[in-house]
Amino acid sequence: MTAGTPFLQVRDLKIHFPTDDGLVRSVDGLSFGLERGRTLGIVGESGSGKSVTSLGILGLHNRRNARVSGEIWLDGKELVSASADEVRALRGQKMAMIFQDPLSAMHPYYTVGQQIVEAYRVHNKVTRKQARQHAVDLLGKVGIPQPDRRVDDYPHQFSGGMRQRAMIAMALSCDPELLIADEPTTALDVTVQAQILDLMHKLQQEFNSALIIITHDLGVTAELSDDVLVMYGGRCIEYATAREIFQSPEHPYTWGLLGSMPRMDRPVAERLTPVKGSPPSLINLPTGCAFHPRCVFEERTPDGLGRRVLPELAEAGPGHLVRCHLPAAQRRQIWVDEVKPKLEAS
Amino acid sequence: MITYIIRRLMAALLLLLVVSAATFSIFFVVPRLLGNSPETLAVRYVGRTATPETIRQVADSLGFYDPVYVQYLNWLKGIFVGADFDTGAGIERCPAPCLGYSFIDKQPVLPELLERLPVTLSLAVGAALIWLVFGIATGVVSALRRGSLLDRSAMTISLAGVSLPIFFTGMVTLLLFSYQLEWTASGGSFTPFTENPAEWAYNLLLPWTTLAFLFSAQYARLTRAGMLETMGEDYIRTARAKGLTEKTVTVKHGLRGALTPILTIFGLDFGLLLGGAVLTEKTFSLPGLGHYAITAIPRNDLPAVMGVTLVAAVFVIVASLIVDLLYAVVDPRVRLN
Repeated sequence: MTAGTPFLQVRDLKIHFPTDDGLVRSVDGLSFGLERGRTLGIVGESGSGKSVTSLGILGLHNRRNARVSGEIWLDGKELVSASADEVRALRGQKMAMIFQDPLSAMHPYYTVGQQIVEAYRVHNKVTRKQARQHAVDLLGKVGIPQPDRRVDDYPHQFSGGMRQRAMIAMALSCDPELLIADEPTTALDVTVQAQILDLMHKLQQEFNSALIIITHDLGVTAELSDDVLVMYGGRCIEYATAREIFQSPEHPYTWGLLGSMPRMDRPVAERLTPVKGSPPSLINLPTGCAFHPRCVFEERTPDGLGRRVLPELAEAGPGHLVRCHLPAAQRRQIWVDEVKPKLEAS
Repeated sequence: MITYIIRRLMAALLLLLVVSAATFSIFFVVPRLLGNSPETLAVRYVGRTATPETIRQVADSLGFYDPVYVQYLNWLKGIFVGADFDTGAGIERCPAPCLGYSFIDKQPVLPELLERLPVTLSLAVGAALIWLVFGIATGVVSALRRGSLLDRSAMTISLAGVSLPIFFTGMVTLLLFSYQLEWTASGGSFTPFTENPAEWAYNLLLPWTTLAFLFSAQYARLTRAGMLETMGEDYIRTARAKGLTEKTVTVKHGLRGALTPILTIFGLDFGLLLGGAVLTEKTFSLPGLGHYAITAIPRNDLPAVMGVTLVAAVFVIVASLIVDLLYAVVDPRVRLN
């Protein structure tokens, strides 16, 4: 990580939800930093806490049923301790979010244009006419043909890809410095996915914003991210540059994720090696390493530490953090001898 | 959009025709199927002392010997060109649109209805305004503070409102506010709005609030349920993510989404009320359509009852037509479907 305080700094973020069944620890001690112009990919299965994290940064959790602690510094301002109104003033303006399913995330009764300029009009004093022109400009910028006409259409009149573009335009309405995209391409056709990712990359360069991409798809991360944070059971289990994550991943779960990326250059039977088992319950996380019940290499941890003690997030290389009990040398050995050949074998 | 309107209009016209046939059948065909002869039907239109000969004459002049469809078509014809009725004491003209001729009042029915319509209309409009404002406001607040004391008491009171019949609440309010406290009029009097708006409102205040109490309760529950649903939608989260104030999120995004089903119910409720708020008008002795119907029934004044029934049906159909058209305005997705 860079020296000084980065543009966005999250420190020991915890987001817990008390429920009748017990305390759900959706995010449990997450820390990371992000500079403007850089992209962070947060990767994990459903229920790993990645969406909860993004909503937490925007302050969108209901303070009545969520317990948020830790620190979120955005451009020198702390958000967790800030009042609801202070955070609201930053939302849509300094930080914005692109949601997963644009059909349900857009109001069916308002035109796309109205929804795009809504944030713009709240945070800036502009006339109706200026706002409309702003919407047209934004629609053009995200690559919607005939934006001056489409601006008056309703979301249901847009195709899925167009809707996601409109959603991006909506988030860009006030030139946010921090942009969080929650599964921005999950609801889209594969052909459209690449276009949307391209667009987001282009716009990020143009606006020089910090971008967080939340996804379960390592492929999406590979395209865009500078850094990757892998989450499991509400905690960070590996953090490194995207290059490192793909070339020398350290955590067995990351290996599993790499193995479960569909590879079109393989025979059907070998394309996927899914991670066995299912994500852990966030109320009753397994003792020790949360991943140990699914970990293939669990019995190789010294003294059976894996099932007894929660591993610390430790530096495995410069800027490369990993939460695993396997000794570093042994881990690298396993990767080189056992995992990598399997991933590369054809 | 145009084709949508035309399609709805055609459907409404067709429905009106069906309703008129059904109404006609209830009063003229069903009794025949149940074994009444033309003569026994005609008995209702003559004095007690009539001879069988007079009865046959009356039955003949009323067309009771004609085949059913001819009777129906004649009746329909009356609506468009008017009809003549032989009262025995001379021929009475019932000008178009003739909904029937009351042999008991010796009057065509329609003018009688039109005379009473303003009363029912005043009652319905005033009550509707009150219940919309109170019902929706209560529902929104209850939904936002779900489980709070305010929510629970509002829902308990509204449960009472839904369950208590108007003749009970009406009697209680009359007793309390009119006879005991003497704050409001005791019912029975109606001043047209055009004559004296203040007195119009004063006379209607109690019926309005009593009727509105019943409906507010229902609307509060509906709004609450709708708000609970829409406030959980993804687009609400989007609205919050834009940094809108909670008030804007609630009203512009939440309530806007919850209003559509309320509009539908409101159209039907309002249409039904225009056809006569029978219990309210009876309780507060207001000379409206419902009151007219309920006095005509025990007198066996069939043409009058039939007239009210048809007018009420027209109101409901027109109201639901308007709701359908408004729906396309309120929900842009309807236009394409």
